[in-house]
Amino acid sequence: MSDAAVADTRRLNSKPQDLSDAYGPPSNFLEIDVYDPQTVGVGRNRYTTYEVRMRTNLPIFKLKESCVRRRYSDFEWLKNELERDSKIVVPPLPGKALKRQLPFRGDEGIFEESFIEERRVGLEQFINRIAGHPLAQNERCLHMFLQEESIDRNYIPGKV
Amino acid sequence: MSFFSFGQSAEIDVVLNDAETRKKVEHKSEDGKKDKYFLFYDGETVSGKVNVTLKSPGKRLEHQGIKIEFIGQIELYYDRGNHHEFVSLVKDLARPGELTQSQTFDFEFTHVEKPYESYTGQNVKLRYFLRATVSRRLNDISKEMDIVVHTLSTYPEMNSSIKMEVGIEDCLHIEFEYNKSKYHLKDVIVGKIYFLLVRIKIKHMEIDIIKRETTGTGPNVYHENDTIAKYEIMDGAPVRGESIPIRLFLAGYEMTPTMRDINKKFSVRYYLNLVLIDEEERRYFKQQEITLWRKGDIVRKSMSHQASIAAQRFEGSASAEKALAQAKEENS
Repeated sequence: MSDAAVADTRRLNSKPQDLSDAYGPPSNFLEIDVYDPQTVGVGRNRYTTYEVRMRTNLPIFKLKESCVRRRYSDFEWLKNELERDSKIVVPPLPGKALKRQLPFRGDEGIFEESFIEERRVGLEQFINRIAGHPLAQNERCLHMFLQEESIDRNYIPGKV
Repeated sequence: MSFFSFGQSAEIDVVLNDAETRKKVEHKSEDGKKDKYFLFYDGETVSGKVNVTLKSPGKRLEHQGIKIEFIGQIELYYDRGNHHEFVSLVKDLARPGELTQSQTFDFEFTHVEKPYESYTGQNVKLRYFLRATVSRRLNDISKEMDIVVHTLSTYPEMNSSIKMEVGIEDCLHIEFEYNKSKYHLKDVIVGKIYFLLVRIKIKHMEIDIIKRETTGTGPNVYHENDTIAKYEIMDGAPVRGESIPIRLFLAGYEMTPTMRDINKKFSVRYYLNLVLIDEEERRYFKQQEITLWRKGDIVRKSMSHQASIAAQRFEGSASAEKALAQAKEENS
């Protein structure tokens, strides 16, 4: 009779794992570093760029390694593109710091070392969060941001 | 005028004939409090006595009739005025007249149909109760006694496992399996999650049991979801080819049997929700309905008999005799 007094709790059978899968590199490798802030330009036309280096083994990215230079407004552009075209809730960027751009400050304003470092950390967190999102990985704007030398603001938005 | 003259001139109470032997179970009331009530099953007879006690003996009690009802009703909280009675039986105990002294009346509702299980939920309540009433011109004297009904099932003939491959294209593919589709309330969910493709950074995985109470019909359907259990089954990042086992004991959670479209008024259904959470707190989930049913306690009686046999082997004969006597008593 099937009326067992104690339930059978033995594990279900499963296929043994392939050793190369168990000990090989994981298929989800994705690391992006935002570093080496450099101030370019002179006088009132100065701005800061950061190096954005990506290393990955995800097949959706054409290049397994890429290195580009981006400024804060490029990150803003990416955020706006994603918010418009995809259904993702895009993570926040570090602040715009408009107050720092006003004259008559006691410090270096937006070129203050501590501020640049704070911003660098925030941009790194932002890009890692969004690049790992399965839906964001389908958007051309993300690929262009990470892997093309410069951003073509007249590009045709769309899916990869 | 003394306050007592405003009160009832008589007291009613209802006592069941098998109050000494009948089992009582805990049942939550609407405000969350737990109380014990007599347990009945479908088809059982409900019999007892109604005691009408006159407060001031000597003073007559005029009445328009004494009766007892057995009622099974569904009450939707958003529509309190309307009780939907699906069982309504009445026995007249006394014709209109007067009582000169306290009196006891016998009643019996033979082999009463109790088609649904007692249920107290978020937006609906299904209850069974006896109501004894002394009808009077101005205000009736009545007393209600709630009972709890459980619906029992036996092991289903067909109980296939649930096995499915799901995922996000090129990102995450898993195959999940649960050993059954129908579980009794003290059962164990045995299953596994097999990873076919992992291109996201998973932090951990959990399995939740969700109870969904649905009330209303047509355009006014309302679902109330409640997460009854959250059970972490994996901590860390899996890779392709890994198999994560699931073993979830249901007896520890407060659940009812699955109730489908009860009297066309409400449903209570249960779902297993498999949730994967990645490093950025993104959640990926797959919900699957399971059927819960209530098993009778007959197995427990035979287990105590087994326990007494075991006691014979390991303990002295005196305690074994006691265990055997106890088992005999339970079985009779």
